[in-house]
Amino acid sequence: MTALAALTGHYLRASFGNRFSLVFGAIQPFLYLVLFGPLFDRSGVGSWAVLVPGLLVQLGLTSAGMAGFTIVFDQRFGVLERLRVTPVSRVTLLLGRVLRDSVVLLIQAVLIVVAAWALGLRAPLAGVLAALLLITVLSVGMASLSYAAALTMRQELFAPVMSTVVIPLMLLSGALLPMSLAPAWLDVVSRLTPFRYAVEGLRALFAGSYASSALLWGVVVSLVFAIVGVALGTSRFQRENA
Amino acid sequence: MIHARGLTKTFGPVEAVRGIDLDVSAGEIVGFLGPNGAGKTTTLRMLTTLLRPTSGTATVAGADLFADPAGVRRRIGYVAQGGAFAPFSPVGEELVLQARLYGLTREEARERVTALLAGLDLPGVEERTTVTMSGGQKRRLDIAMGLLHRPELLFLDEPTTGLDPQSRANLWDHVRRLRERDGLTVFLTTHYLEEADALCDRVLIIDHGRIVAGGTPDELKSEHGARTLDDVFLAVTGREPREGAAA
Repeated sequence: MTALAALTGHYLRASFGNRFSLVFGAIQPFLYLVLFGPLFDRSGVGSWAVLVPGLLVQLGLTSAGMAGFTIVFDQRFGVLERLRVTPVSRVTLLLGRVLRDSVVLLIQAVLIVVAAWALGLRAPLAGVLAALLLITVLSVGMASLSYAAALTMRQELFAPVMSTVVIPLMLLSGALLPMSLAPAWLDVVSRLTPFRYAVEGLRALFAGSYASSALLWGVVVSLVFAIVGVALGTSRFQRENA
Repeated sequence: MIHARGLTKTFGPVEAVRGIDLDVSAGEIVGFLGPNGAGKTTTLRMLTTLLRPTSGTATVAGADLFADPAGVRRRIGYVAQGGAFAPFSPVGEELVLQARLYGLTREEARERVTALLAGLDLPGVEERTTVTMSGGQKRRLDIAMGLLHRPELLFLDEPTTGLDPQSRANLWDHVRRLRERDGLTVFLTTHYLEEADALCDRVLIIDHGRIVAGGTPDELKSEHGARTLDDVFLAVTGREPREGAAA
């Protein structure tokens, strides 16, 4: 527990020391909010309360999804190896980073919701707070998988591969336009990605439908995603250890 | 302090280490030599829990390498060849974090870091980053990182590669002092045979994944009728010690 607090605190101080990195992960959803949101709001497809949940999932993909990039440097400079010879459990080594990423994502998500509010978003406060919690759970899985990917692939491939992979994942989630508009084949493919369920769960929360099956699926899939992500990430940290 | 029997490591079809027996007593400084690709680093990584051996048994600092790797990690220090500091973070913060990972409180960690840095002739460098430091300072900083939790056994991988002769001799003095003052056991790899001769009580030479010679520098020299360890090395491995070496 001490080790986890020490690691998370250390990484958070580093993140807050570099404000650029805080802003950078949120730039894409923020641009969509400001430059695409007003169009969406007037398109007749849905209101801000339909778009913003999608942008939160996009944030999860771009911010937490790129988290693994930081470990590339730690690996190169021997920092990772130095951590791996300490008695700290491998899951703690992973979670120390992941919790930092989740805190960063939560701050970014709050900023996006506040900006959206200024642009015209209206949603029940309880639903918005629950949505922030749900996106944090999702980000745990996303950041963990990002580290697993960074520790698996060649260092120089990580940034180009991940920034390419998140685009189809984002489009298939229905983050930008609801999948109810999709042709059957696209709808089927979309259902194979976890982010589809997260987006619909978040939309249910923003709509105040707390008893809907969309919310139940969103919560279940996000939890499973987080557990699988942490398990995979830990196994990559464990790799080749005695 | 180290007792290994029949340690092997294969990577796919490649047998990097083919059955190593090794004994290091408490308080010894042992040098581990070998040509590039002989299995030095693989052996070191196995003994420090960074790599799982394919077969064999080993006790390191009193803990079983297979059954209790966390116990080994608690009791050993490891100083990697390439160092352990990111170039953009103040070194004090990294050292305090590392100490806390071994269970020290923040205050204990700060005190320990201050004392260690002073002992290694690096007083007051906490706010600096490694970018502004010389090669010798960086190596001493790496050693400080490996000693935070008062390990009984310190592994040094190529501790003086790339250092000028003066910094190298200075580092040897520090290593000797640590052994004399704290009874530290040191297991180090090196390409410099004069380093092994000057610093180590005992030398092991590995080639093709097996230990091919071992003893005090003087024993080895008289056994092979050689004047220097370089000649011994050439006699047992058929190669020059720095052949194909990076530095």
